Amino acid sequence: MKRLGLILVPYLWLLALFLVPFLIVLKISLSDTELAIPPYTPTLDIAEGWEGIKTWWAGLDLENYTWLASDDLYWKAYLSSLKIAVISTLLTLIVGYPIAYGMSRAPDEWRPTLMMLIILPFWTSFLIRVYSWKAILSNEGLLNQLLIYLGIITDPLVILNTNVAVYIGIVYTYLPFMVLPIYSALERLDESLLEAAEDLGCSRFTAFWLVTMPLSKQGIIAGSFLVFIPAMGEFVIPALLGGSKTLMIGKVLWEEFFSNRDWPVASAVAVVLLLLLIIPIVLFQRNEEKQREAQK
Amino acid sequence: MSDTARAPVCVFAPWDDIQAKPLIQFQNVTKRWGDFTAIDDLSIDIYAQEFFALLGPSGCGKTTMMRMLAGFETPTEGKILIDGQNVAPIPPNKRAVNMMFQSYALFPHLSVADNIAFGLKRDKMPTDQITARIEEMLSLVQLNKFANRKPHQISGGQRQRVALARSLAKAPKLLLLDEPLGALDKKLRQDTQFELMDIQEKTGTTFVIVTHDQEEAMTVASRIAVMDHGKIIQVDTPAKIYEEPRSIYVADFIGDVNLIEGNVSRTTEGHATISWAEGQNELTGIARNDIIPGSVATLAVRPEKLNIYTSRPKDQSNVIKGKVLDIAYLGNMSTYVIETPTGQQIKAQVANTRRIQRRQITWEDKVWLSFTETAGVVLNQ
Amino acid sequence: MRRLSWFNTVSLSLGFAFLYLPMIILITYSFNEGKLVTVWSGFSTKWYGELFRNEAFLNAAWVTLKVAVMSSSIATVLGTMAAYVMVRAGRFPGRTLFSGMIYAPLVMPEVITGLSLLLLFIAIGLDRGVLTIVLAHTTFSMCFVSVVVSSRLVTFDQSLEEAALDLGCTGFEAFRLVTLPIIMPAVVSGWLLAFTLSLDDLVIASFTSGPSSTTLPIKIFSAVRLGVSPEINALSTIMIGLVTVGVIGASLTSKRSIAKRQKDEQEAIQ
Repeated sequence: MKRLGLILVPYLWLLALFLVPFLIVLKISLSDTELAIPPYTPTLDIAEGWEGIKTWWAGLDLENYTWLASDDLYWKAYLSSLKIAVISTLLTLIVGYPIAYGMSRAPDEWRPTLMMLIILPFWTSFLIRVYSWKAILSNEGLLNQLLIYLGIITDPLVILNTNVAVYIGIVYTYLPFMVLPIYSALERLDESLLEAAEDLGCSRFTAFWLVTMPLSKQGIIAGSFLVFIPAMGEFVIPALLGGSKTLMIGKVLWEEFFSNRDWPVASAVAVVLLLLLIIPIVLFQRNEEKQREAQK
Repeated sequence: MSDTARAPVCVFAPWDDIQAKPLIQFQNVTKRWGDFTAIDDLSIDIYAQEFFALLGPSGCGKTTMMRMLAGFETPTEGKILIDGQNVAPIPPNKRAVNMMFQSYALFPHLSVADNIAFGLKRDKMPTDQITARIEEMLSLVQLNKFANRKPHQISGGQRQRVALARSLAKAPKLLLLDEPLGALDKKLRQDTQFELMDIQEKTGTTFVIVTHDQEEAMTVASRIAVMDHGKIIQVDTPAKIYEEPRSIYVADFIGDVNLIEGNVSRTTEGHATISWAEGQNELTGIARNDIIPGSVATLAVRPEKLNIYTSRPKDQSNVIKGKVLDIAYLGNMSTYVIETPTGQQIKAQVANTRRIQRRQITWEDKVWLSFTETAGVVLNQ
Repeated sequence: MRRLSWFNTVSLSLGFAFLYLPMIILITYSFNEGKLVTVWSGFSTKWYGELFRNEAFLNAAWVTLKVAVMSSSIATVLGTMAAYVMVRAGRFPGRTLFSGMIYAPLVMPEVITGLSLLLLFIAIGLDRGVLTIVLAHTTFSMCFVSVVVSSRLVTFDQSLEEAALDLGCTGFEAFRLVTLPIIMPAVVSGWLLAFTLSLDDLVIASFTSGPSSTTLPIKIFSAVRLGVSPEINALSTIMIGLVTVGVIGASLTSKRSIAKRQKDEQEAIQ
């Protein structure tokens, strides 16, 4: 009995506050927009009994999804999110790998400090970290001031409110997610493997390429998914650093909901986004399982 | 052929031949890390086709010596020559030296065959030759069936053999083995020791092995260097190291030994006699000419060289009397711990040649031990 | 023995400069006299004064703190239970669904979580306010807590619990007297994680808050959407300061307790 209670409490909580809400999203995505409260039809009227359920069921259709497919704003937004997420994941990898590598080669007594320095930004507000770039990237910002002072440019570069600023924002805020899994893969790497490679005729660089890289592959994959998945649905970064031309699906959903008050379309956008994310999420889980097995 | 080199008619002992040119020469090599001296002004010659063991407790500098040969460390002072050539400027990947790592360091993402091929591919060897060489190495270590397995899919003993095959694949002049059998259990270790000797003879490669296991060094090596605190204490064949240790440290480090301290009463040609306890006979053992009458010296004698008697033996010069304190039955032999009247404990080992052990000696019995004048060695303090 | 090569030194320095320079700049400019955040016009703490006179910010901060404390505490209880179920309860009907619901919120885009919860609250007619934010935050942060706690539970030696049962404890007593004290560090870090996530959350709170329950991130977001403001810099500085003190304090405490334990063990051997 006690065991049952132990299971039921978190179980019911998650059912009520995670699964049911999602089913509601699914249902509303199949409904029609209406200028009313709530702003969609049909609404299920239990009082009408079986007939009520029947009319409700008949009122559901895929109209919102055909709308998503026909209006190129949406699929452009999905594609653009995908593009931004892929590019910023690659950039994060390029920036993050050397840091993770450097950490794993650092003297043992430094490592806890380096580790804390990587994790510390994670505990500080995401919003503040994104915001901190506004003062740097704006036209009169510190980066432009510096570049003009150094004589590299004469006219300020327009970075803020462009996709470049979004890339910078994503790389900056998600860097720890990339560094940590790569670091943990590199830290496990037995140094004698590199010595063995050198002993067998590799230069330092080929040893890195043939041994270090393949053995940190799973860290790279894990880190990339940890950046890619949330970047896909990102809202704050494009809203604060991106411009009006920056199309990201999280932003579209937000605006559809809050500005246009089109709940059914917003719900359909959410369902499609989730379907798109299921593939990388499943791949990520597989990679994690593989890693767990390899460690056994 | 290496076979003839080991044949009894032509004893393999290049170190006694003044004409022989050593393969490896350490010339006054010192290695320091800050204040810590790992290798202290060390010189040694190692000859081609030797199976040379560096033996010592952990931290004695044996691994550092090996890593300097492989090129992972550079000497602070002195020179290392391989084939008469100073190797200091040659990086590890360009040396004709390969190493078998203590952890084996097999690449976990590559199959057994790819691990063996790794070094060959670096040399840009043609593919068909690589394939042939892999086959050859796999047959040498009898692992043909496992070519496509990954390292985590084979046993510890098999991994050890893959590591050996990988380091031998490039046919190095010199193979370094860092505690090669340390990770194996005792039974497997003994089998593998013989296999290792066999492979060494077949390939004719010079092996330098680092180990802290004296039994292993005794079994496989043609010569052993006993090391301590960055210095070589003695370099000799296993038999000489065991029978004629030059210092108490070596005598004590290798095998079991009884150390009996006394005053040197007289010395004769190659022998010294010590008086060591009241009421006991003086004891004589072989000695080098650095033993001076009147000085304090130690007689080292191995337990198996002692005979045990229930009555005082006649016409034996080295006799010790005492009583049986402890008996340990080890199957193939028994160890008796004898306590002398002055309280010193002396061990004697007797082979159990008969099925029923000698029943006539038991605890608290009065017994006499004796040994010949060539059984023990008298050593300086 | 090991020393960093020049390459690693450079990559680490550049990496950490990239991570910390923006925050250092932000903090520096919070002490700027002028209104512009990009032109230095002298040292001043006046923006901190402004901040503490700003009722709206203070109210939002109070709401945020209330939400964070409540949601992280409930989430810790639920998350620990969920972790216990995942690691110890064995097979039960719907286990796959359960573990799916534990892991899904970790990777679910916040916009979707926020939207779905809002639609639920509307469907059941719950007025949006502090309660709805607490419910929302509890739901997603309990999953983080459960991951943190279950990773500790997996390595927990089950025979300790069995020993407690053998010595006469009831199941709950065994948990309270043996398991809980041992997994406590994980529970505490789970709570801290939930607390930070709640403090930090903008998107889910935006969906689930009502007009009377604006949280600090919502307030900050609407203020900075238009541009940079020195008041926000001052606020950010305070928040960064609190977190830094907290994280460094926590790591020093855990370092000290590890050091003490090692010393105790050493002494016990001697």
